[in-house]
Amino acid sequence: MIVAKNLTKQYGGKQVLNIENLEIPKGQSFGLVGNNGAGKTTFFSLLLDLIEPSAGEIINNNVQVNTSEDWKPFTSSFIDETFLIGYLTPEEYFNFIGELRGQNKADVNALLSRFEDFFHGEILEQNKYLRDLSKGNQKKVGIVASFIGNPEVVILDEPFANLDPTTQIRLKGIIKDLANTQGVTVLVSSHDLIHVTEVCERIVVLNKGEIVRDIETSTETLQELESFFAG
Amino acid sequence: MFRYFIYLQWKSFFRSANLSKGLALKIVMIFFAIYMLVSFTFLGIGLFFMLEKFFPDADPMVILSQYLVYWIIIELLARYFMQKLPVMDVKPMLLLPVKKSTITHYILGKSGFSFFNLLSMVIFIPFGMVLIAHDYPVANVLIWLLSILGIVMSINYINFIINKSDKIFFGLLLSLLGIYGLEYFNIFSVTQYLGQMFYTLYANPVLTVVPIALALITYFLNYKFLRSRIFLDASLKKEVKTVEASDLSWTKRFGSIAPFLQLDLKLLWRNKRTKTQVFMSLAMIFYGLIFYKMDDFGPTSPMMVFVGIFITGIFLTNFGQFIPAWDSAYYSMMMSQNIPLKKYLESKSGLISVSVVVMFLLSVPYVYFGWQALAINFSCALYNLGVNVPLILFFGSFNKKRIDLDKSAFGNMQGAGAAQFLIMLPIIVLPLLLYIGFKYLVSFEVALMVIGGVGIITFAFRNMLLNYVTKAYRKKKYGMISGFKETNS
Repeated sequence: MIVAKNLTKQYGGKQVLNIENLEIPKGQSFGLVGNNGAGKTTFFSLLLDLIEPSAGEIINNNVQVNTSEDWKPFTSSFIDETFLIGYLTPEEYFNFIGELRGQNKADVNALLSRFEDFFHGEILEQNKYLRDLSKGNQKKVGIVASFIGNPEVVILDEPFANLDPTTQIRLKGIIKDLANTQGVTVLVSSHDLIHVTEVCERIVVLNKGEIVRDIETSTETLQELESFFAG
Repeated sequence: MFRYFIYLQWKSFFRSANLSKGLALKIVMIFFAIYMLVSFTFLGIGLFFMLEKFFPDADPMVILSQYLVYWIIIELLARYFMQKLPVMDVKPMLLLPVKKSTITHYILGKSGFSFFNLLSMVIFIPFGMVLIAHDYPVANVLIWLLSILGIVMSINYINFIINKSDKIFFGLLLSLLGIYGLEYFNIFSVTQYLGQMFYTLYANPVLTVVPIALALITYFLNYKFLRSRIFLDASLKKEVKTVEASDLSWTKRFGSIAPFLQLDLKLLWRNKRTKTQVFMSLAMIFYGLIFYKMDDFGPTSPMMVFVGIFITGIFLTNFGQFIPAWDSAYYSMMMSQNIPLKKYLESKSGLISVSVVVMFLLSVPYVYFGWQALAINFSCALYNLGVNVPLILFFGSFNKKRIDLDKSAFGNMQGAGAAQFLIMLPIIVLPLLLYIGFKYLVSFEVALMVIGGVGIITFAFRNMLLNYVTKAYRKKKYGMISGFKETNS
């Protein structure tokens, strides 16, 4: 589904990402871990064509992302709060995203009803603007919005951060379900090794912009990762 | 303690993002501030002579006293928009071993030195000097200045007590109109009585204790109010507004741009900066009154074309020049979402076009000043629709500066750069040149037809122009995304 070839990104001569070859097959739940500055967000931003690669290319479902916009209809993402529109209510935001993705109000409501326990009664019908919600609740809105419109690729940057334990557990279930039963390619990054090993079939470790581990998740994975990061 | 506060204040001023902006903008701002101060000083000096000239039989001091009430109300109205107590700045202080009373005194004391207070004193002190030069009793004048200082400070602190209450704002506005109305129709002269009161302040220096006491009382009220509220959950928390939902389903008839149009309307209505922008644009319709009443120009002078372009295009320039920075807070989402860039621009251009039509319709009553006014405004509206709409969108592609929607529009230079000043030129100068050229070579009617005609012709090619603009946006995409992320630029 996603192929990155000879992908590099430099800022003022300093290399922040260098991926020779990375292939992510369709329907895989893919985890990206690494310390701060490892290049996780840089990779996702390149994947979404938010920054320009210094060299190389990313191909998403046979579309090269920095030359064509045709990847947009089947790719959705939540990177951070700057993906939210502060002066909309959650409902309005969902409907706006829905309209962009060719879904009518009924479709959006049907999808939202599946996330009622995820929202925990704090999102819908609160009569509040997104800018006035807490960070955690904003995140919930952004994550659920990225599921609207049956995307084939979902990209979530640090989805577990700022969420309460209950929501983290529910989110893990949702992500697993997306990849296993609906064939969605899910890309997740996290600082939390436990979460990623639980959710992802495959984990790639980035360090200073380079891939240093590429692991099929098994029972030993967590230990392996912990020993890597312990240094 | 206060020494540290002042040190921090100094740092925050000189390290603020506003100040480290482009050098050109900095110089413009400094010049503007100096210009204001100097012109107010001259106003203060000249005030005495002006009053003497316009009211030759009266003592300027008496007349000034009568008008003081207008000054007080207008000052309160102006401060309602522009001055706010900077309570948010103290949040980091709460965790430190600083007494809350010290923090409160600091916030309130600091506001005493605000630019507004300075401006008032810059008028009254030179006025007082002129009074002394004209052999008014020195002691009276000096103590009167002290009273004025007391009044200025009272206004300063009363403004914080009012604290942006809309009711009081409209109350003040009504009382201003009321006082003026009563005066104008000779029903009852409020200023006569209040004038006497203010004059007593001058004549009877002992009474200076009244305004000073008032200043102290309002300070103390503010102190009590604020001191009890220096907690994270009370006044330091941002206000949470409940949603003003409105039915925007009528936008559906605009087809595929409807979702963007709805978003833009909510953008305009639900954010402070854009909302003031809308009201300011609507108020600008009165701009014409100044010019149409001047006989020096004549109904077909190029000045009127300037007015026409300006009035019908005020929202176009005010709002349009900051496209797409209005969406800067969530621009990376817009760029990774399933949004064709052209649809996005079409919606913006639709919104601006509607504003041009609305402003033209509002300007129709100016036909009172002659049919030429209507004809000029009509062809200017056509020109704005055809040429200036795509032009301003194109200039928008140079925007890289973030805009925080929550901040007020008054005196807010955020998002402004050299480009914003430059775009005014082609938007206004181009049609002016066209008009002047054809008017003096051929005739007034032909010149208008040329302006309108150019508008219509370019309007016919709008699709092509928008494609071109879209390309420009695509090219600048990465620069915009990274520019809009810099919160402090």
